[in-house]
Amino acid sequence: MEWDWAFVMQILPTLFEGVKITILATLLGSIVAAALGLVIAILRRSKYRLISMPTGFIAEFIRGTPLLVQLYFIFYVLPDMGITLAPLVAGVIGLGLHYGTYAAEVYRAGIENVARGQWEAAKACNLTAFQTWTRVILPQALPPMIPALANYFIAMFKETPLLSAITVLELMNQARSIANFNYRYIEPITLVGAFFLAISLISVIGLRWLERRYGRIG
Amino acid sequence: MGQWAGYLQLILDGALVTIKLTLMGSALALVMAFIAGLGRLSRFAVVRWLATAYIEFFRGTSIFVQLFWAYFVLPLFGFSLTPLQAGVLALGLNVGAYGAEVVRGAVKSIGKEQYEACVALNFNRWQTLRYIILPQAFVLMLPTFGNNAIELLKGSAVVSLISLADMTFQAQVVRAQTGNTLFPFLTILILYFIIASVISFAVRWLERYMTRGLDGVRS
Repeated sequence: MEWDWAFVMQILPTLFEGVKITILATLLGSIVAAALGLVIAILRRSKYRLISMPTGFIAEFIRGTPLLVQLYFIFYVLPDMGITLAPLVAGVIGLGLHYGTYAAEVYRAGIENVARGQWEAAKACNLTAFQTWTRVILPQALPPMIPALANYFIAMFKETPLLSAITVLELMNQARSIANFNYRYIEPITLVGAFFLAISLISVIGLRWLERRYGRIG
Repeated sequence: MGQWAGYLQLILDGALVTIKLTLMGSALALVMAFIAGLGRLSRFAVVRWLATAYIEFFRGTSIFVQLFWAYFVLPLFGFSLTPLQAGVLALGLNVGAYGAEVVRGAVKSIGKEQYEACVALNFNRWQTLRYIILPQAFVLMLPTFGNNAIELLKGSAVVSLISLADMTFQAQVVRAQTGNTLFPFLTILILYFIIASVISFAVRWLERYMTRGLDGVRS
């Protein structure tokens, strides 16, 4: 079997359609994960153990089980309970939920990195809990987290092929349908790999820049 | 409830495959992590480049793509793999690349004075690595290796997509046969979580075991 450039040219437009969905899923998933992660991180720090302990357990549970199975769960089980989601929506929720628990750990490290004195000063200034978070803690905690968060979003990007298992027509699914239709596997699958590798290598450069710009936790 | 017993048996059969895959994949990953991690610290530039290329390649693409490549594209070059072989190969090489960075970081974090002491004692390079550096570095690697093993366990779910009858695959079979979705998927989620908990417990135990008597010695 040999590499066929004409075939590559022929399938590129279809693959490009998949790339668009892949990027869309990554962006939406990142937004969900960033928001959810912050909620989890703050709930886990709650002084009420009735809130912090279940949140902690759920987060650990999500982190300890495969994304693929979670996607199946959202896509197949929820409709039986009356919640029917479009494949892409289910995929974005799955990605966001899974990586949200990872983002929560990043937030936790960032929040713990803020010196104790800041909390005490906020208390001394009679700030409410909400003001303490939004005016004092988060503005200091967030910038050093950016590189670590970006790292997880790149990881999420590489996991998007899993969405093909719940019929989202992203890059991997397009490649597989091309491969199955033409019965040529070399070009589509290799192109998918090359695409992800290229984006990852580029994003490593971006990550280095973010680390220089915002520093890192640790 | 009686009908579920048979289906549960099916899922447990899959759990065995998942555990086998995790153990074999972890073994390969451990070997690759040490080869590539130490390779990146080699004196020879060629070895360093090879190790870096391996690490970047396998970290740059996801396990899913690598698995498909190993299963569908490699046969076209004349290497036919069974689903289990392709799964172990892809999982081991993928997680090994992540582990290599852990090995490199741990070895580099060992103080210069340890190397100087080895020179003073006239150890050769192999002895330095084997008796002084690695025993200290390995303890540092353990917690991250535990996390990597859990990542490998989670990654193993994708082998169900190349028709290897692991836990996820069996859950899909049960779903197809019974039409019930909650039972199979909730069961395997719990089983995955139990296996992951066992891994993290075992690694913590191993860490305690390996650091026994070292309290106060390690900074």
